[in-house]
Amino acid sequence: MATHEFAAHESHAHAAPQGFIRKWVFSLDHKVIGLQYYFLALAAVFVGMFLSLLMRIHLIWPTVALPILGDIKPETYLTLVTMHGTIMVFFVLTTAPQGGFGNYFLPIQIGAPDMAFPVLNMLSFWTTFLGFIVMIAAFFVAGGAPLHGWTGYAPMSAVQSSGPGEGLGADLWIISIAIFCIGALMGALNFITTTLDMRAKGMTMMRMPLTVWAWFVTAILGLLAFGVLLSGGILLLMDRNLGTSFFVPLITMNGQLTGHRGGSPLLWQHLFWFFGHPEVYIAILPAMGMCSQLLSVFSRKPIFGYKAMVYAIMAIGFLGFMVWGHHMFMSGMSPYTAFAFSIMTMGIGVPSAIKTFNWLGTLWGGRIRFTSPMLFAIGFVSLFVSGGISGPFLAQPVLDIQLHDTYFVPGHFHLIMGVASIFGIFAATYYWFPKMFGRMMNESMARWHFWFSFIGTYAIFMPMHYLGMAGMPRRYSQMTEVAYLHDLVGLQKFITYAAFVTIAGQLIFLINLFWSMFKGPKASDNPWEATTLEWITATPPPHDNFGGHTPVVHNGPYEYSVPGQPRDYVMQTDPEIEPAH
Amino acid sequence: MASFPTTATVDDTRISGGDSDILPPVREGGGDDRPMAGSPDYATRLRRARLGLLVALTPVLMLFVSFTSAYVVRQGLPTLDPRTNTMVHDWIPVTLPKLLLLNTGVLLLSSVFMELARRQIKGRVASAPSASDISSGDQKLIPWLPMTVVLGLLFLFGQWTAWRQLGANGFYVSTTPSSSFVYLLTGTHAIHLMGGVLALLVAGVASLLHRSLKTRSIVVDISAWYWHFMAGLWIYILCLLEFAG
Amino acid sequence: MGLVLLVVIWLITLISTYFFVAKTWWLPVGASAAAPAIDHHFTVTFILMGVVFVVAQLALGYAVWLYRDRGSSSAKVPYSHGNTTMEIVWTVLTTILFVGLNLASSSIWASERFRAAEANAVRVEVTGMQFAWYFRYPGADGKFGATKPELEDASAGGEAALGLDTKDPASKDDVVTGIMVVPVNREVEVILRAHDVIHSFFIPNMRFKQDAVPGLAIHMHFTPVQTGDYEILCAELCGLGHYKMHGILKVVSHEEFDKWLAAREAEKQ
Repeated sequence: MATHEFAAHESHAHAAPQGFIRKWVFSLDHKVIGLQYYFLALAAVFVGMFLSLLMRIHLIWPTVALPILGDIKPETYLTLVTMHGTIMVFFVLTTAPQGGFGNYFLPIQIGAPDMAFPVLNMLSFWTTFLGFIVMIAAFFVAGGAPLHGWTGYAPMSAVQSSGPGEGLGADLWIISIAIFCIGALMGALNFITTTLDMRAKGMTMMRMPLTVWAWFVTAILGLLAFGVLLSGGILLLMDRNLGTSFFVPLITMNGQLTGHRGGSPLLWQHLFWFFGHPEVYIAILPAMGMCSQLLSVFSRKPIFGYKAMVYAIMAIGFLGFMVWGHHMFMSGMSPYTAFAFSIMTMGIGVPSAIKTFNWLGTLWGGRIRFTSPMLFAIGFVSLFVSGGISGPFLAQPVLDIQLHDTYFVPGHFHLIMGVASIFGIFAATYYWFPKMFGRMMNESMARWHFWFSFIGTYAIFMPMHYLGMAGMPRRYSQMTEVAYLHDLVGLQKFITYAAFVTIAGQLIFLINLFWSMFKGPKASDNPWEATTLEWITATPPPHDNFGGHTPVVHNGPYEYSVPGQPRDYVMQTDPEIEPAH
Repeated sequence: MASFPTTATVDDTRISGGDSDILPPVREGGGDDRPMAGSPDYATRLRRARLGLLVALTPVLMLFVSFTSAYVVRQGLPTLDPRTNTMVHDWIPVTLPKLLLLNTGVLLLSSVFMELARRQIKGRVASAPSASDISSGDQKLIPWLPMTVVLGLLFLFGQWTAWRQLGANGFYVSTTPSSSFVYLLTGTHAIHLMGGVLALLVAGVASLLHRSLKTRSIVVDISAWYWHFMAGLWIYILCLLEFAG
Repeated sequence: MGLVLLVVIWLITLISTYFFVAKTWWLPVGASAAAPAIDHHFTVTFILMGVVFVVAQLALGYAVWLYRDRGSSSAKVPYSHGNTTMEIVWTVLTTILFVGLNLASSSIWASERFRAAEANAVRVEVTGMQFAWYFRYPGADGKFGATKPELEDASAGGEAALGLDTKDPASKDDVVTGIMVVPVNREVEVILRAHDVIHSFFIPNMRFKQDAVPGLAIHMHFTPVQTGDYEILCAELCGLGHYKMHGILKVVSHEEFDKWLAAREAEKQ
């Protein structure tokens, strides 16, 4: 772990642990654990990004040997697809926004000295870390990593002989996810208890920042979803290793009967997507919360429709559990069920539209400061709109007939849950870096990073929609076999070139991050003139967050440009302002 | 692109956060019963631990809800037999060993003992003078807690024996889907119960280490609710296997 | 900075939209009876969503430029926590748009999936296996013969790949081929099966896609209305050869179809 880089922190706290191991490795401090999660996700995102780059290279130059991997066998591409998806979804999109920033800032933003159960918090990180190690180990066992995709559809994932990588590699893949589930459940337990029980005096639920709301609802989603994924993983392991037949009917593999009979492949899909769809919101809700917060801070305006935002978060969380079937329109599920799921799915577009409306409403009439976190927050809104617009296409079974499992789908979800969520992480990094490390990040580098990322993202993922409409299926390692795909190679080349440039742009972020950690200008306690509780305490915050004080909250989280106030913002701990209008 | 205005850089003159007037100078009771630094009081710790347990039981419940739905689907859904081109069911009901009833009795009795242990320690916390918070000899008290642990272990041993009986009758984990579920559900329940036994042993060790009575009472309280949940869960599993088999 | 953002967001929006509107890459030619209705609904959705997309992005770009911090010359920021009436109006509008759009397509979905194939449809059993599609016609008796997993021999191809039980009288006249031939303007009933893992039977020009799931025999139908050769792909990840698992659908006239089928029957004798 990259924890020693910021050992320069001074500890203001009484009774803070001494010694490197207790302070930085097996720390009980939610802030250190948050940083551990963050750097785990940072390592994972570069692994995942590297895998995607190899995929892009192989796709357009199928005969070229890849760096590190050498000559490419047909299964290698699918290994890359599987591991890219799994690592990104679990160890980046679930880990950084929730485990990283949530851990660090949820207790501070509600005025608590730590999480409710610090030991459990530490265990949750190390469990997640173990999960990551097991996942990476899958690359190095005989047969290599699995090739069944991040969704692991049975029977392919449930029978060891279905392909190379489906042996020990696939077992490790399932075990890693099971371990991850347990870590995530421990984390969710902490988030929920802390939010419900440890808020400072005056911090009513309706005075919580939207970030806290997002983390809280995300934790509830995780609490309900990960247990189901865990159950699916257990059944899958039993099918693979104990000869049971939960998911596998009577099939032959390579001309041999497998000995299974009577199982239902669709059962796996139901269990997986019951988790899988809420997982999408687990990835995006924290980013929504962060961007709502930033749009308000840097427009110097109260958030437009705070209550509507809270209800929208809840509605998304609630509806998120009723739409999983929209991944299965073409799976052989009853068409009547499909229709019901499609209505629910269109329904979930409504709270998303409310949020977009409120973001624009927040910007409208504001006094926008183009700081780097704000740029990424604006970028997030743009990506969220673009990715959201393609949702109603896929949500209608009639159109899904043509678009399901084509490039339209990766185009859609990369924009809305992949990169939009990553933009949330970037925005949060630029915003909270001063608080976490006591120094400012370099603004020019941050802006260059933004332009590379924003334009690059559109250049990569918008053309995928065109490919999908033209009928290019996902997860094809080569475009050589099917005649009409030859015409699409040019567009694929464009995407690969765009990916090269965009990924190069991410190095700017990496350099900025580590350079600023040591060399950035010293940050003051409240550099953005924001109102929430993390900005009243020292930078970086002391061991118990508020140095023995207890914040008492009198105001809502987004009181900007309040008439008759000396400054254009009112801290949550300032004396209560007159109720508006 | 070279014309980026510099509004984004932090202008020190505008910075006014972190003024000392923002931090309330006095603690003002620290948010009622939610104290900040230092140890929270007993009532807060108990409430927090109970809330945590309630939240923690949710994913356990979801795990078994998920298994149940798999059970119902697997039992009800026919699959194609390619030989005859017809849809067939392959569910053969398992005859459960009678021993499971005995095990159920053992578990329920242990739950009663557990409840007595919880009330015992709660009563001691209530009556203990705060000065002599450290636990001393417990000689005169009925050892409900160790008895619960023994019954818990007896239950686990009984389950293991039931597995062996099933195997002796030719029902192994992969024999039929119904036997797969018997092993799956009893096994998952047993693992969860082992967690409960472990928690009780922790409470026991804490007693030997002369940890504070209050801390022990919280561990016992939480373990007790968990234990009752496990007992209830077991009744549910037994009913599912017996009546929906 | 506000201006740069405005220009970039607007440019991205307009360039993206141009390629959609110019149909540089568009749906492949529709050659089935259902294609016009599906394509029409696609276009309707496309126009509605396109308008929302363009308006939202242009508004975003405009807002960040218009309301940039202009120092002391900035207008006073209105202090407002939102507007409940606007929220309700917006919620109702989007609900009507989204749900209405879905209901508008329900009749197409119903005709595609809720009804069984017509009685006079050409029946073809489609079997997916790693990594090929096989097609079986029931022959004159209209019955598919028995298949046995024990008899499967993928390397031998044809009947042996399906494990056709030649002892079954119903299998005597079954025709198994590697290409799919169907007559034009007559409904085709496909019965989808899979031997090993899940495959997905995808014919872009027919606007047809359905997973072939082991343990299920899924009945679907479509009606080709134009003769020609069309690509059949596998759309569900099925293993290392997924990318090369494809086949050909030949839509021919009724006479040609009958002649072709008779020739296959003759070969078998």
